[in-house]
Amino acid sequence: MTTMAQDNSPVDPSTFYVVEQDDHGHGSPTLLGFWIYLMSDALIFAALFATFGVLSSSYAGGPAPHEIFNLRLVALNTAILLFSSITYGFAMLAMERGGLRAVQGWLLVTGLLGLSFVGVELYEFAELIAEGATPQRSGFLSAFFTLVGTHGLHVTVGIIWIGVMLVQLNQRGLHLENKRRLQCLSMFWHFLDVIWIGVFSFVYLLGMVR
Amino acid sequence: MFDQSLAATIFGRLSWESFPLHEPIILGTFIVVVLLGAAIVAAVFKFGLWGWLWREWFTSVDHKKIGIMYIILGIIMLLRGFADALMMRAQQAIAFAGNDGFLPAHHYDQVFSAHGTIMIFFVAIPLVVGLINYVMPLQIGARDVAFPFLNNFSFWMTVAGAVLVMISLFVGEFSTGGWLNYVPVTNLENSPGTGPDYYLWALQIAGVGTTLSAINMVVTIIKMRAPGMTMMKMPVFCWTALCSNVLAIAIFPVLTGAFALLMMDRYVGTNFFTNDLGGNPMLYWNLVWIWGHPEVYVLVLPAFGIYSEITSTFSGKRLFGYTSMVYATVVITILSYLVWLHHFFTMGSGASVNSFFGIATMVISIPTGAKIFNWLFTMYRGSIRFDLPMMWVVAFMLTFVVGGMTGVLLAVPPADFVLHNSLFLVAHFHNVIIGGVVFGLFAGIIYWFPKAFGFHLDPWWGKVGFWGWVIGYWVAWTPIYVVGLMGTTRRVRHFDDPSMQIWFVLAGIGALIILVGILGFVMSIVMGYVKRDQLRDTTGDPWDGRTLEWATSSPPPAYNFAFTPVVHDLDAWYDMKSRGHRRPEGGYLPIHMPRNTGAGLILSALATVLGFAMVWYMWWLAVLSFLGLVVVTIAHTFNYNRDYYIDAADVEREERSHDAALAAGA
Repeated sequence: MTTMAQDNSPVDPSTFYVVEQDDHGHGSPTLLGFWIYLMSDALIFAALFATFGVLSSSYAGGPAPHEIFNLRLVALNTAILLFSSITYGFAMLAMERGGLRAVQGWLLVTGLLGLSFVGVELYEFAELIAEGATPQRSGFLSAFFTLVGTHGLHVTVGIIWIGVMLVQLNQRGLHLENKRRLQCLSMFWHFLDVIWIGVFSFVYLLGMVR
Repeated sequence: MFDQSLAATIFGRLSWESFPLHEPIILGTFIVVVLLGAAIVAAVFKFGLWGWLWREWFTSVDHKKIGIMYIILGIIMLLRGFADALMMRAQQAIAFAGNDGFLPAHHYDQVFSAHGTIMIFFVAIPLVVGLINYVMPLQIGARDVAFPFLNNFSFWMTVAGAVLVMISLFVGEFSTGGWLNYVPVTNLENSPGTGPDYYLWALQIAGVGTTLSAINMVVTIIKMRAPGMTMMKMPVFCWTALCSNVLAIAIFPVLTGAFALLMMDRYVGTNFFTNDLGGNPMLYWNLVWIWGHPEVYVLVLPAFGIYSEITSTFSGKRLFGYTSMVYATVVITILSYLVWLHHFFTMGSGASVNSFFGIATMVISIPTGAKIFNWLFTMYRGSIRFDLPMMWVVAFMLTFVVGGMTGVLLAVPPADFVLHNSLFLVAHFHNVIIGGVVFGLFAGIIYWFPKAFGFHLDPWWGKVGFWGWVIGYWVAWTPIYVVGLMGTTRRVRHFDDPSMQIWFVLAGIGALIILVGILGFVMSIVMGYVKRDQLRDTTGDPWDGRTLEWATSSPPPAYNFAFTPVVHDLDAWYDMKSRGHRRPEGGYLPIHMPRNTGAGLILSALATVLGFAMVWYMWWLAVLSFLGLVVVTIAHTFNYNRDYYIDAADVEREERSHDAALAAGA
């Protein structure tokens, strides 16, 4: 559908129209569009990080980070999520080779790792709430639960997407459109990793030394 | 009798009390709206138009039709927003000393909140997005936008937001917290009602549409320009559309974040913006204004683009200083992100912080001033044709410069401490938004109307609209500048000092003159339609235009261009005309186009239900509609059959009829 301005072939000054068939299908704008979407999502996280920054010491007499954070659990979760990025990378390599079964296998592993991440996070939240460190307790805890929870929500969406992708791969195999979706999902999944590194450093590590 | 707890489970907090049956003004409006709505629905049934509306418009992914629908939405909501304005003007003109006026305080607060919210989110944004949607793909020689379905979806999400705001008029109430729903007024303890929730859900849903639409437009401009159209050969309107949409992508997520946090406060009981347990209300102000100030430029930059196109066309000259115009646009884009704090110098952030933001604000006037000079120099020694669009441009320059100067005045922190939240400020931003954005939108609508519909708007009624708006603006807002400078604060329902009444009466008269302007504009559409045969444009190029949208027929065919144009010069169509291009006479090929889909409308309806259910605490309905959203979204991804080909024969027929029209005109 598109003829791109980027093709730098010299233009004959007397031609005013492209008279041959235009070359749709190439240079799909989807990846660029998805990338820009991710940047807008990153800005939502930026707003949440800024909010956390402002409220990070508003304990209102409630618990401070070092009293409630369980760094071992967080380390485990970080490892799980980073590892799931590697397994997604393997899925993409398999896609390049055209190995449908391998793609599905690695996607499944990635999805399961994602599920364990969310599971551990929910366990951590449940523990905190049981100790009385609820989102309503203080500005700090409100910001903590919302920032970390928003990331967890994104991972959950990613898991659902992986599930849908598995079905669509089963139906149509490594169809051009499916490959593009796998690339978008790949960006999404790695993006969540990057955000998590921010969460891990600024929320947990910085919280412990505060 | 009906079981109380069962009713609460089903209807949440919705009860008979929620319907304002005891408020005659709202009830009267409700009856009028219902009658009008019923009349329209009946007419659609009578003429059997549902199928046509559904197939040709509601499910269309054609950027031109979506653009037109955005503009219709904007005009309808303009009438609502302006009705609010008239009510405020009437209230302030009579509520002096012993007279309490006709609006109770709670109602008045909702009116000024709704007025601002509607005018920015559901008038200015849809009109700007609609014009960009319609014009930009034509100007870059594309056949559609990058993501046609997403475009349809974005439009319907905006409609969903507008519908929620309209529902709040008759079921429950609207926010009383001003147009940005400010805390602490809208904290749960201060506003336990549904007003802030309506506001939040309406704007979150519409915000999804605006963000996605902005992504769509940016990708379209980057990826889909015709061959030869380098960035610096792109029409200025496309440049301003690009910058405006980049800016929208950079700010709307922050607004979404801020609103989400306020929702958490109101629904979950967190303490982000509360006054106790560590909450910080000023955090909300900072976040919403990080969105709010750039938003002004999201709206005004495309208007600047419109003025540039019109000035160049009607002066019969290439735009003066194209490069500086582009750089000025980019510089404004960047600077606009660095000034938000000037909306609350009184926060107490200290002299250094205030100086930074004050100076950054003043600096914006430099690129803006450069633009004004570029337009003036474009007109200089041009053979200017004072058609309606050009009249709007001249009115803009005269009006906007004053608004710009009062803006620089307000940017000085010590002055702002005096003028903060005064009517002087209110007059300033109406000066720049009416004089800058609204005038530009009217200019653009009148300029591109013949392209979209194949006939001109009625020029006589168009002039009535023009003079009504321009004179009305000055009569309405000059008195407000005066009382503002004397210290009157904004959002006031009743005044004690009767000596000031004359100013508000004058302002009320000005609002009535603007009403004449609005009616004139509506009449110019009606009479244009009635006299469409006399006002017909057969050439596709009624104004002797310079850019590619004029290279195709009016209205353009679904595929825009049978053959993608090749661009050699900034004013591509002018270049084609002056070097004697010929329309291709044969060799038409099938054209690849996106297929219509109803998914956008269905998702939008579900989102409206979700918003309504959440506002009224109908949890079961919220869960159901949310699941519906998820299921429809996923189901949509299973539809791989999204495009089709227009037959070469159909393309040929279409092009031949344009050839015939051209030949008949010549």
